[in-house]
Amino acid sequence: MTTRLDATTTTTAAPAPAGTEPTGWLTVCPVDRLQPGRGAAALVGDTQVALFRLADGSVYALGNIDPFTGAAVVSRGIVGDRGGEPTVASPLYKQVFALRDGRCLDGADGDAVSLPAFAVRVMGDALQVGLR
Amino acid sequence: MSRLVVVGNGMVGHRLVAAMRDRDTAGDWEITVLGEETRRAYDRVALSSYVDGRSEEELRLDDDELRGDPLVTYHLGDAVATVDRDARRVATASGRTLTYDALVLATGSYPFVPPVPGKDLPGCFVYRTLDDLDAIKAAAAAAADDPGRRGRPSAIVVGGGLLGLEAARAMRLLGLSPQVVEIAPRLMPVQVDAGGGALLERLVTAQGIAVRTGVSLAAVSTDRGRLVGTLSDGVELDADLVVFSAGIRASDQLARDCGLPVGERGGVWVDDRCRTRDDAVWAIGECAALEGRTYGLVAPGYAMAEVVADRLLGGEARMTPEELDMSTQLKLLGVDVASFGDAHAVTEGALEIVVNDPVEGTYSKLVVSDDASTLLGGVLVGDASRYGALRPLVGSRLPDDPVTLISKGGAEPDASALPDSAQICSCNAVTKGTLCAAIADGAHTVPELKACTRAGTTCGSCVPALARILAQQGVEVSKALCDHFDHSRAELFEIVAGARITSFSALISRYGRGSGCDICKPVVGSILATLYNEHVLDGERATLQDTNDHFLANMQRNGTYSVVPRIAGGEVTPEGLIVIGEVARDYGLYTKITGGQRIDMFGARVEDLPAIWRRLVDAGFESGHAYGKSLRTVKSCVGTTWCRYGVQDSVGLAVELELRYRGLRSPHKLKSGVSGCARECAEARSKDFGVIATEHGWNLYVGGNGGFTPRHAELLVSDVDTATLVRTIDRFLMFYVRTAERLQRTAPWIEAMEGGLDHLRAVIVDDSLGICGELDAAMARHVDSYADEWAGVLADPQKLERFVSFVNAPDTPDPTVRFVEERGQNVPAPGRPDEPVLIGLPEVSSR
Repeated sequence: MTTRLDATTTTTAAPAPAGTEPTGWLTVCPVDRLQPGRGAAALVGDTQVALFRLADGSVYALGNIDPFTGAAVVSRGIVGDRGGEPTVASPLYKQVFALRDGRCLDGADGDAVSLPAFAVRVMGDALQVGLR
Repeated sequence: MSRLVVVGNGMVGHRLVAAMRDRDTAGDWEITVLGEETRRAYDRVALSSYVDGRSEEELRLDDDELRGDPLVTYHLGDAVATVDRDARRVATASGRTLTYDALVLATGSYPFVPPVPGKDLPGCFVYRTLDDLDAIKAAAAAAADDPGRRGRPSAIVVGGGLLGLEAARAMRLLGLSPQVVEIAPRLMPVQVDAGGGALLERLVTAQGIAVRTGVSLAAVSTDRGRLVGTLSDGVELDADLVVFSAGIRASDQLARDCGLPVGERGGVWVDDRCRTRDDAVWAIGECAALEGRTYGLVAPGYAMAEVVADRLLGGEARMTPEELDMSTQLKLLGVDVASFGDAHAVTEGALEIVVNDPVEGTYSKLVVSDDASTLLGGVLVGDASRYGALRPLVGSRLPDDPVTLISKGGAEPDASALPDSAQICSCNAVTKGTLCAAIADGAHTVPELKACTRAGTTCGSCVPALARILAQQGVEVSKALCDHFDHSRAELFEIVAGARITSFSALISRYGRGSGCDICKPVVGSILATLYNEHVLDGERATLQDTNDHFLANMQRNGTYSVVPRIAGGEVTPEGLIVIGEVARDYGLYTKITGGQRIDMFGARVEDLPAIWRRLVDAGFESGHAYGKSLRTVKSCVGTTWCRYGVQDSVGLAVELELRYRGLRSPHKLKSGVSGCARECAEARSKDFGVIATEHGWNLYVGGNGGFTPRHAELLVSDVDTATLVRTIDRFLMFYVRTAERLQRTAPWIEAMEGGLDHLRAVIVDDSLGICGELDAAMARHVDSYADEWAGVLADPQKLERFVSFVNAPDTPDPTVRFVEERGQNVPAPGRPDEPVLIGLPEVSSR
């Protein structure tokens, strides 16, 4: 049993990390607001979330703050793939991150730079981010 | 362990040591090098580049590996004084004695100075070593700084051969006016014939070098602190320096002193194994007289070094004078000169085919056998672009009618027709067979080929041939744009245009794989924009746009944007300035004048961009495309409208050009400038295309840029009227957009073209490829379909919808963006945007 909040509800909750069971879902926008292959930013509590919708209908949510510069720009990066793994490239210095888990694919091995990845889903025509 | 003593540490001596250490894998030979010069071995062929600013380190030939080799000992600055052949021992000037099992003389040559009175006066120099050049530089600087002198300092250069012309060029670079005095009736008498010499003289004179042929220097004297050169015809020339570069003489004194025979005209006599009459003594390079004849080029010297290295290690190598390549190719003062094989047609019955084109300024001659079947040699002046293809054919059957081989637009000889024995690199005697073997062994790039065969490492003239041979051997150099496409940008352009593909997804599904990336998406986005000129944020195209095109503004380090309205030619009305000022004030933007004569407004938030554009568009402004890989700005000086020196209306033309090419998406940014007179206040020659007014019209320069590797643009066409100018720029830009690689600016694009600027001129001025009609039509389509990108967003609610900070909180500004005030304007707060704000201590007021 989870609570549903709609887009106009303000929340102080933080987004839930991907792979955990969210306590609730926040509708951020109709899924059509996202153009396939292009991202958008949303505000969940105090956290900036970069949302992506791909041509195959899948959706992803990562932290919007580029770890290399501190600028909130990840949602404006170019979406693509590296060896089949869906990715986004940060628009400032073009480091590539995996959409699934936020790992930076351009750091040296063992370089622990990554973006947080959040739980996200499509319910009907609504795009929802999971809450902690 | 045997002992090898090498006398001389020039290019050839160094080559011998390197060859020995390469091949003597057993370490049988211990080598000692004795050199008269104190410097480590350097590239004397490139001596003149020292005046261009190349350092001694850059000219150095040896590497630290050789210097640190335990089997090689160097004693530099210590010349050999005597050789005792019976005891097999040498003694040096400093008193060292060394015994040897093999002695190799590589003492080179010394400059020939004609015995004229006054030749030793201060201010007289020879042109042979880096020390000579240092002394010449110092004297030139002193002459230029002399407060009592009037006019330009000048130099007399004695000798109009290869070295003399190089010396003359060096004098010019050092700020002197050179006068070349050559006793023969033409310049470069050894290499070129009378016809080539006449053209050469014309081209060299046009470069500001005075030439006097058929006379010699009779005496040097001094007059009021300057030198006076008196010529054999009685003419007197004033000069600050006299430089003797009239030829060389073999340094064979050591051999003479120890009783070794010398050639009729000097040089240590050696047989076809490079061995003197003494079995333990060898001679190589310019000091050696191979079967009686000396050679003043590095290629034969290198070949001799290889022969001796082979012999010392038990090989059977030999060489005959017939095998020595006497070809030369050089670019002097921007003038191509090349001669190869039997350039003077001394072979019995040889025929000469000459194409002399005084209008083009080219002279080409082929020397062929009496039945016109075999190429024997040739001379090329003014355009030596075919040297690389022709020289290896010497001694082979002609692949084509000789006239077409040297005619403008004629046949290019094909390297696949060459026998394996054909020499491709004459400096290092590398044959086509050797190269093919290296390719078969896995050398698949030009740098790899250079590394394992040494071809192309000395003068570089055969590098294009290396690339051609690689291609013929079926080696493909990967031009793949990224993991998603195996094509280069230029190939993708042709595919998109030819197959009329209008979307990225159609292209990648048919010609690529996966879903794309940040490399290929913007490239294809740019190609689609060039070809169809629809809005870059239409439909799927919005997903292809890079950092700046994504929001039609320039992303700054804190995630905000800067906005640059078009100010064509730098011309703006007072009302326009007021609007820009008001907009910047109302949105808290930082304003700065850009390098391209426009105004940049920084610090705009994504959600404010449409409102900012609305105000600007309503006032008559449009996007200046500062964010795109496209035309930025056409800078201008004020021209005839105001300037008392202007000869044409530069502002009018700059505005016209900027409005014509605005919005043209290209492989990289495009910059331009128009100057209204030769004073060049718009810095047009540092632009991709720059226009400079003349009394008769316009000069067009292309391929300039600032940035990392600044480049001066080169003259493409001169004195053309406005219609011709615009048509030429149309074709230049369209040809560039179609064929350049990703992020390749115009300068490297022209450089990478086979044939360079001349080829470019042939394509877009003479229509050599027959594509000008197509290029013109493509540009006309671009001009007709231009629309302002900002207005396009303002008119489309779907596009406007994306200009929000957060999809679920459109009115909440990005909390990480913070400004502080600096010099009265907003600038990003220092540090990273995501770091917590440091709150300063409250001010304590003292009462």
